[in-house]
Amino acid sequence: MTPVLDVKNLSTHFMTRRGVLKAVDDVSFTVGQREIVGLVGESGSGKSITGFSILGLVDPPGRVVSGQILFNGEDLLKMPPTAMRTIRGKRIAMIFQDPMMTLNPVLSVGTQMVETVLAHDKVSRAEARQRSRDALGLVGIPSPEERLDSYPHQFSGGMRQRVAIAIALLHRPDLIIADEPTTALDVTIQSQILFEIKRLAGEFGMALIWISHDLGVVAALADRIMVMYAGKIVEAGQVDGVLTEPRHPYTSGLLSAVPAAVPRGEPLRPIPGFAPSPLSRPSGCAFRDRCARATEICATEPMLEIAADREFRCFHPHLGRAA
Amino acid sequence: MTVFVIRRFLQSIAVLCVTAIIVFIGIYAIGDPAEMLIAPDASQAERAQVVASLGLDKPLWEQFFTFAWNALHGDLGRSFVFNRPSISLIFERLPATLELTLVGLFIAIIIGIPLGLLSGLKPNTATDEVIMTGSIFGFSLPSFWQGMMLIMIFSVWLGWLPSTGRGQMGEFLGIHSSLFTLDGLKHLILPAINLSLFKLSLVIRLTRTGVRETLPLDFVKFARAKGLSENRIVFVHVFKNILIPLITVIGLELGSMLAFAVVTETIFAWPGIGKLLIDSIMRLDRPVVVAYLLVIVSLFIFINFVVDVLYSLVDPRVRLGDAS
Ligand SMILES: Nc1ncnc2c1ncn2[C@@H]1O[C@H](COP(=O)(O)OP(=O)(O)OP(=O)(O)O)[C@@H](O)[C@H]1O
Ligand code: SF4
Ligand SMILES: [Mg+2]
Repeated sequence: MTPVLDVKNLSTHFMTRRGVLKAVDDVSFTVGQREIVGLVGESGSGKSITGFSILGLVDPPGRVVSGQILFNGEDLLKMPPTAMRTIRGKRIAMIFQDPMMTLNPVLSVGTQMVETVLAHDKVSRAEARQRSRDALGLVGIPSPEERLDSYPHQFSGGMRQRVAIAIALLHRPDLIIADEPTTALDVTIQSQILFEIKRLAGEFGMALIWISHDLGVVAALADRIMVMYAGKIVEAGQVDGVLTEPRHPYTSGLLSAVPAAVPRGEPLRPIPGFAPSPLSRPSGCAFRDRCARATEICATEPMLEIAADREFRCFHPHLGRAA
Repeated sequence: MTVFVIRRFLQSIAVLCVTAIIVFIGIYAIGDPAEMLIAPDASQAERAQVVASLGLDKPLWEQFFTFAWNALHGDLGRSFVFNRPSISLIFERLPATLELTLVGLFIAIIIGIPLGLLSGLKPNTATDEVIMTGSIFGFSLPSFWQGMMLIMIFSVWLGWLPSTGRGQMGEFLGIHSSLFTLDGLKHLILPAINLSLFKLSLVIRLTRTGVRETLPLDFVKFARAKGLSENRIVFVHVFKNILIPLITVIGLELGSMLAFAVVTETIFAWPGIGKLLIDSIMRLDRPVVVAYLLVIVSLFIFINFVVDVLYSLVDPRVRLGDAS
């Protein structure tokens, strides 16, 4: 089965005044049909920019400088803007982190949904409204007919995020990119929404890229996990495998900093130091100056090792159970 | 909404009272109008008679209460100078000023918003630079100088447009205005442009800033991610958000345009209310000055009211009648 999405050697750079900032640096991955892939990493590691690159929404001074983004076999980077617009929102949808900011405050929810239907399908306004109402019902918003006439400020944060999800579902896309959609919400609402999204993705056969810095969330949701550090994917594999037997020292570092993943009685061990500023990353492995296993060879670029069901970039990976 | 209107009405009454008191005392402090009105060679008896007939022999508080009492009955007093009801003097002149101001504002909006959008959507391009440089001139060159240049170029050198007066008036639906005849329009163009240039620059900058601030917001990116056309994003999503500050500022500026039309009216000999005010202040013609200010303050209040209503229509988060 061909994957829905096949990203090959994607690099997205920001041409800033202080130099070229490699937000996404030679990233390759695939997303299979109906697959849920978690993309985790610290703040600034390039997760959102990876998502925006796929949709062609990187704002200047940023630019996708190289690579291929094959969506159902077609390279999105070669597509003219008008064709790209028919993909966005229709075949690939995106949900953003902050539900307070993603809806336009001065337009009613109905307007913002109906326009999404009409942007892609030639249907009557009444039918577009009907479909919007159904989508609101689908994500568990009570009395959807009346809520269509409400404005975003009349919804709670969780409800607003449900509206955003309903908008993403309007066209039953092949792929949804969810950029930390539950981070801004409190824990109970977060798990409700996680559960619903997983259910809906299964029901409609949609693939999902779930961006998060929360390993717990990804563990509960995803089939596969990709760990991103300083613009590169440093480890990827099935969720169970990566979380129980991390190969890359950064992944194991992340795990020992998560309360749920550390056995009772053992201390949490946060990764020492800070992520390097994207403009002054160390040569070779960017994790080098925070890594306990680093040696001289780490000053050269580690190649991607591909083992059965696992890939990672490290000269001295953990072997066997670790962390 | 009803609560809002009632509260606003009571506030307005208070503002009008305070205005009247301040102006009354202010003019009293400047000088004695009798000095201006009575011929230097008048006899003592004549003097006393004029002073008494104008009510100027009474103490200030009594003069004020007489004025207030009459005002409550719709009489804002008679001009010392013209011996005519001051309110009718003002209403004779007000339409000319309103016409000039509204046309000026219309020009500022109709040209300013598109230029601001253009500039904001294509920042740091040649178009943007040209528009922004132009708006700096509009901002920084004094209004009277701009007015004189307009006359020099379009009336004196090119001879295209007249430079003084209101021209021929037409009537439409019972309204008399220069707008309804070709000659009147020709007379209106230069003064209206002169009055609008500063506001035009302001509208351009406000619109540009609004676009620059709104474009990077998440909801614009989300609108793009939904696959909306660029037109829909700019003219619905971005524009509706910019309208909020625009309405506020334009409303405030309309008031100040009315009040400061004086300069333009003087340059173009436009028979508006500004000249009347200046003359009346010079002659300490208190009833006219007080009536003028009360009329202008009422207009300000009315404009603010309209702005608040418009505001609540554009911004769903604002509900009239909630907290003041
Ligand atoms: N407009 C921009 N101009 C310059 N650099 C940018 C811009 N947007 C993003 N970057 C840089 O790109 C890098 C990756 O940013 P990105 O938003 O993808 O991080 P992230 O992994 O999503 O982090 P977070 O968890 O905080 O959302 C960051 O180092 C950031 O500084
Ligand atoms: S390559 Fe070297 S520095 Fe980088 S993670 Fe592996 S051991 Fe650490
Ligand atoms: Mg992000």
